[in-house]
Amino acid sequence: MVIYGVYIVSKSGGLIFNHDHNLTKIETEKTFSFPLDIQLQCENKKVVVAFGQRDGIMVGHVLTAVNGIPVTGQQLDDGRDVFDVLKTQELFPLNLKFERPKMTTNEKIFLASMFYPLFAIASQLSPEPRSSGIEVLEADTFKLHCFQTLTGVKFIVVVEPNQGGMDVLLKRIYELYADYALKNPFYSLEMPIRCELFDTNLQILLEQVEKTGISSV
Amino acid sequence: QNSELFTLTYGALVSQLLKDYENVDDVNKQLERMGYNIGIRLIEDFLARTSSGRCYDFRDTADKIQMGFRLFLGVTPSITNWSPAGDEFSLHFETNPLTEFVELPDHCLNLKYANVLTGVIRGACEMVQMEVTSWFVQDQLKGDNVTELRIKFIKRLEDAIPAGED
Repeated sequence: MVIYGVYIVSKSGGLIFNHDHNLTKIETEKTFSFPLDIQLQCENKKVVVAFGQRDGIMVGHVLTAVNGIPVTGQQLDDGRDVFDVLKTQELFPLNLKFERPKMTTNEKIFLASMFYPLFAIASQLSPEPRSSGIEVLEADTFKLHCFQTLTGVKFIVVVEPNQGGMDVLLKRIYELYADYALKNPFYSLEMPIRCELFDTNLQILLEQVEKTGISSV
Repeated sequence: QNSELFTLTYGALVSQLLKDYENVDDVNKQLERMGYNIGIRLIEDFLARTSSGRCYDFRDTADKIQMGFRLFLGVTPSITNWSPAGDEFSLHFETNPLTEFVELPDHCLNLKYANVLTGVIRGACEMVQMEVTSWFVQDQLKGDNVTELRIKFIKRLEDAIPAGED
């Protein structure tokens, strides 16, 4: 049972909580000699593998270090431009580190605000009156489950495809929200949830569900 | 379960408000506002714990408010005095943990001691897109036999209804 992530969207459509669970970090390091036989290009201000996939380095992976020096955007932390270094034969052989790109917080916020109207479209498409919004979104590598409370707050979990009983998990997360976020007088409604007790108890809940199954909660 | 600390805490809150505001009407307003802030949070706890569905009838709402009092205050008021149009009802309280041991002095006869409850009901209902108003018709602290809290349905808050519920 693998849970990939938990998201909470406020009733006005903003992402107020996100927790990434079990996201495997895919990192590969390899030494290259001149000339570089992987095509790299600049995309979204990052150096990305465009072509030349091999040895675990896939298209779309981001260059994160050259000879151990971290890369930020298109520049090495010592000030040199990445593409200049890669053109200089004397600097080779070079050790390059690549990583699968992670979603940034801004991208998550953007996706959550996109999800909000899509959720509503589902109920409008329905031939029956009073239909719910999106409950499950299925793809080949994951399933997204959504539960909307009567107050409009949406609880979302992203899990592996054949996982059952997720409505129970969503309800339990709702209970944790009612306890550790709402009962905290310093938490303001609709704001991002930064309550340690909520984080801790959610982590415990997710680990318990992964180890002993949904029927134990 | 010893609820005296709870009664004492509420009493300390009211007497401090009286010192801070001096004007009884202002205290009544503050109590209602505090209740509102409690209500908007408490509703999610109620919904999460009871897995309640949406109310489509005011009688449903009355039952759920009664359940809420039982869950959170440990008292079960009786539902009475329905208006002919079914948009108003009363809750009769024989006991109230907030007002145990309290006697209103002469200079505070306009104090709505348990006014926090009116705010809680307003806040909770607003979060489920219902506008209601409530007030005390009878008050045991003012010499009546029972404490009667009357609740009236004003309107559904249409624009605030979450997608999939209309």
